[in-house]
Amino acid sequence: MLREGHEVSCLDEDPESHARLEVGLDRGWEDLGGQFTVGAGLETDALVAAGIEKADAFIASTDGDNTNIVIAQIAQRRYEVPTVIARILDPLRAEWYERQGMHTVCPTRVAIDMLETAVREGAPRGSAGPSNGSAEAA
Amino acid sequence: MYIIVIGAGKVGWNLARELLEKDHEVTVIESSRRRYLTVEQELEHNVSYGDASELWVLERAGIQRADMVIAVTGDDEDNMLICQVAKEKYDVERIIARVNNPRNKPHFDLLGIKPSVSATDLILRLLEHEVPEYGLVHLLDLQEEQLEIIEMLLGKDCGVTGRRVGDLQMPEGSLLISVLRQGKGFVPGPDTVLEVGDEVLAVLDPGHEEQLKALFGPGDGSGGNGVSGGG
Repeated sequence: MLREGHEVSCLDEDPESHARLEVGLDRGWEDLGGQFTVGAGLETDALVAAGIEKADAFIASTDGDNTNIVIAQIAQRRYEVPTVIARILDPLRAEWYERQGMHTVCPTRVAIDMLETAVREGAPRGSAGPSNGSAEAA
Repeated sequence: MYIIVIGAGKVGWNLARELLEKDHEVTVIESSRRRYLTVEQELEHNVSYGDASELWVLERAGIQRADMVIAVTGDDEDNMLICQVAKEKYDVERIIARVNNPRNKPHFDLLGIKPSVSATDLILRLLEHEVPEYGLVHLLDLQEEQLEIIEMLLGKDCGVTGRRVGDLQMPEGSLLISVLRQGKGFVPGPDTVLEVGDEVLAVLDPGHEEQLKALFGPGDGSGGNGVSGGG
């Protein structure tokens, strides 16, 4: 999104993750206009330092469902960010929060759908696809 | 009452024990297998193993018919969301959440998780209650009802001792409701004369604390630090 010309700000607890942002970039993250803040997503000071107050979109995609759901609601209710998206691995909760008006992305659901499609398309009956054994293992 | 307690740590376990003694039906949900096995030796079928963040675990524990859900895990996000789901998805009438880090308290409020209980807050209040230097103690906040109940200890330099309650210029929206004198409590009338050492309870609309402080402060009732804010 940075390459597309958007202003992007990342918040992470781990200072080391800054290096990951620059993988595949020809210039530094900051040189390209990116921002990086070290802090916890539940700390309002950190959110403000990362620029939540002027954000048009907010994505909560830590590795914890609960953290993402809480922070997304903070972004929505307290900072009134127009577009808020939360990554939720648990399909049941993703579905429920989606119904409550939260924009969610459920990687588990996406993976299940893709795997199902791959199985159906990759091993049609009677074709010379993968052997029965590997299809069952998948 | 059917009560679901989330988290079988020291708080959850002891809470469950007390509730069971009071003849409530209780299920404790614990996500650590090891802890579950320890607690299960005593609580037997009243403890269930699983991550209460997952809806099916709550449903297996019968959340649909629960009268109350108490979330006391060591993780604030868990406590918040379990209570949110209990209240909004399963229509559980009463919820109580534990706040581990007092800095997260505003998040609980933002998500409508009430009441939330913080051990730090409780100890602070107890401290204020026990240490007389803090003259004004916040006893109860009835947020929905927009009322507060506070306690004041009348010190030697207090401006109202020796005066009749009827003569006090109590701020509008406040009322003295009881006086505790030498271990005995009574409801003051207009002729009650306040004495040094009295503990006075007042009910008031929020925001009148400063006026009360000024009235019950040292000397001529012009305020000061004889009575300090709490809560």
